[in-house]
Amino acid sequence: MSEQTVASPGAMNGAPESGVDLRRRRFLTGAATVVGGAGVAAAMVPFLSYWQPSAKTRAAGAPIEVDIGKLAEGQMMTVEWRGMPIYVLRRTTSTVAELAALDGGLRDPASTVDQQPKYAQNAYRSRTPEVFVAVGICTHLGCAPTFRPDVAPADLGAEWKGGFFCPCHGSRFDLAGRVFKNVPAPTNLLVPPYTFLTETRLLIGDDAEAQA
Amino acid sequence: MNKLFQWFDARLPLSSFWNAHLSGYYVPKNFNFWYFFGSLALTVFVIQIVSGIWLTMNYKPSAAEAFASVEYIMRDVEWGWLIRYMHSTGASAFFIVIYLHMLRGLMYGSYKNPRELIWIFGMLIYVVLMAEAFMGYLLPWGQMSYWGAQVIISLFGAIPFVGPDLALWIRGDYVVGDATLNRFFALHVIALPLILLFLIGGHVMALHEVGSNNPEGIDIKKHKDANGKPLDGVAFHPYYTIKDLVGVVVFLFFFAIVVFYMPEMGGYFLEKPNFIPANPLLTPEHIAPVWYFTPFYAILRAVPDKFLGVMAMGGAIFVLFLLPWLDRNPVRSIRYRSPLFKGLLAMFVISFVVLGWLGMQPVTPLLTFMAQFFTILYFGYFVALWWMSKNEKTLPVPERITR
Amino acid sequence: MNAVKYAYGMCFVLLGVLLSPVQASGGKVEGLVKAEIDLGDNASLQRGAQLFVDRCLSCHSANLMRYNRIGQDLGLSDAEVKARLIRGADVKIGSTMQSTMPAALANTAFGVVPPDLSLTARSRGADWLYSYLRAFYVDPARPLGVNNLVFKDVGMPNVFWREQGEQVLTKGAHGEAVLSLVKPGSMSPAEFDGMIGDLVGFMSYMAEPAVLQRKSLGLWVLGFLAVLLVLVFLLKQDYWRDIKK
Repeated sequence: MSEQTVASPGAMNGAPESGVDLRRRRFLTGAATVVGGAGVAAAMVPFLSYWQPSAKTRAAGAPIEVDIGKLAEGQMMTVEWRGMPIYVLRRTTSTVAELAALDGGLRDPASTVDQQPKYAQNAYRSRTPEVFVAVGICTHLGCAPTFRPDVAPADLGAEWKGGFFCPCHGSRFDLAGRVFKNVPAPTNLLVPPYTFLTETRLLIGDDAEAQA
Repeated sequence: MNKLFQWFDARLPLSSFWNAHLSGYYVPKNFNFWYFFGSLALTVFVIQIVSGIWLTMNYKPSAAEAFASVEYIMRDVEWGWLIRYMHSTGASAFFIVIYLHMLRGLMYGSYKNPRELIWIFGMLIYVVLMAEAFMGYLLPWGQMSYWGAQVIISLFGAIPFVGPDLALWIRGDYVVGDATLNRFFALHVIALPLILLFLIGGHVMALHEVGSNNPEGIDIKKHKDANGKPLDGVAFHPYYTIKDLVGVVVFLFFFAIVVFYMPEMGGYFLEKPNFIPANPLLTPEHIAPVWYFTPFYAILRAVPDKFLGVMAMGGAIFVLFLLPWLDRNPVRSIRYRSPLFKGLLAMFVISFVVLGWLGMQPVTPLLTFMAQFFTILYFGYFVALWWMSKNEKTLPVPERITR
Repeated sequence: MNAVKYAYGMCFVLLGVLLSPVQASGGKVEGLVKAEIDLGDNASLQRGAQLFVDRCLSCHSANLMRYNRIGQDLGLSDAEVKARLIRGADVKIGSTMQSTMPAALANTAFGVVPPDLSLTARSRGADWLYSYLRAFYVDPARPLGVNNLVFKDVGMPNVFWREQGEQVLTKGAHGEAVLSLVKPGSMSPAEFDGMIGDLVGFMSYMAEPAVLQRKSLGLWVLGFLAVLLVLVFLLKQDYWRDIKK
């Protein structure tokens, strides 16, 4: 707001007289600039905050309840939370048992990168071994990976034990959403906060009640 | 840093612009209170542009969604209420500032030779600003928005032969509707602001070509020092940039009082019926334009004939364009003009204010008579000015600025 | 010179007089009582919210007001809002306040769909609401047996008849309409006015939820501008000392 002032504007009939206290003038200019600048910065806060998600958006992004009672073994369902696809997969016991065998080919088999809540930082990346919940957005550039439970299909090769395959750039994840080596995606799939309300009812987007 | 500046300065007229229009632009040293309003108008313009851009981010220009989207901004969007109140208060502030700026021109003869073109640019800004405000007022899509627009657009229907077709063309519908709202939005947010920007540019360029007038009405270029600088002038920067900054902070203080403590201004800035969504089947009991249009609305209603009323209203604005040629006295400042001129100008200002009040009131026979009386005084100012200014007895104008 | 200054001074005085009853024309209804509300009284606003939910929301909605916003502004936790204000298990904390009565049913019951109340305190004004809610009187000619002095032939019943008692319309000394209490209710008139004040206070807040925030923020902004004004004024004085008078 306050401009950088030129202390001596040179030729002008009102040129600074010899009696002008330049220190006082510099101090006042500096003080006005600092205070005015603080005012401009404070005035920017509302304009920047305006871009935050609105109350309506946040209300729409509230946690959702999902009934997984009808989800059979080996099946996956997709639900929407905050506009994102959320994959809910019921893995078979044999699938869970096979996860450990894949560790050698994975970038981050132990889930050291912070892509999951604390309670999902385990071998199967979920609260219970069978039910797997992840955000269906590839960590590479945001496409939705496809669910490919079929073993050793022609297009994915003989090594494929079932998992998620991103059609955009060919990233591969196992059935715990862990990323394979030598694909563009840098990290495992994101696991959202969730909790079991009952055996068959999931609350996605909120885990506070479980922690309490 | 200095080298970078020199690189640019060799390729862009940076320092020469700075010199020509700020540090080396000489302005009379005797500006008083009335000379704050030019820079304040620019301040309000910036406030309106910035807050307006932000409002468009959440506003929905459709009849079905407009009203709710404004309330969405007021409630659900973070700080939306503040930005919306800045914009709604800014609209009224713009007219307060502009009216005082124009009154300054009337008092000190700033429209006279050689500043006629500055005045014409200023009048064009005023007319475009009225269109801008009128179209912006439709956007909240409340009852006043809707019926105000319906009434004003119907005025065009009074024009002989083409009127009804013209009104239909402006609306794009048989009544004010979604099509009207959508096109008014386009004009309000981009077309008219662009035109305003160009007109403001022309206004300031014309001003800097001939230099500012002053409360004495003296030409400061007549007396220069050895360097060719006017003896009664001071550099715009830093002297007037800092002085104007004081004015801006004082203005912002009053602006903030309205925004934070009286955003509705008792119904003058935000009218009560505008908190009811537009209903094309039900007119509010009493409709009045926003306060800044009411003087002209009163003139419209004072004339008991639709077409002539519209002509009188248009004429009340148009006659202001002619002012540089209606006032035939070369003396600029009111300080050196005759008591008759002072009386006439006071009469004009009182008429304008009273007409503004009358335009807000419901019609009664007495008030209509008053409106007719003050309409005659309004136009009478211009007739009397043309007649008396030719042989007006004025005081001697000093050569130099001494006070 | 002075005469001119006086003339302009008069113009401003005139302008001030015209604007002084800061109340635009239109919507001005005779005989309204000043609403006794205090938006700074949080307990009153909370009581008003409870009244609104208990008494108004069965027929009216407040489409623009979210439950969790009430909690944030009036100092109630989400759990408290759920327990005290939200009716219905499937209503979310972030939902807007919807009437429990279907519009079609309301239409048959009252001959009109009850209007949304989100903005009523702004479109009608707090004084109107306060006066209206206290102005019901017995009128056997009406379908519901009551009429209203502020809103003639209104379709709404007097939902506070138990507390207020029964009023009848009589003529005052100068022929003006006067309401007199013929059958006392469960509350004294003063208690009743206090309750209506709580409700109207909440509805005023609801019409502009930012009202609490803007009034407290305003002081800081004005204080800041005052400090800045002193600084730029001193700076301006300092520079203008260069100019020879």
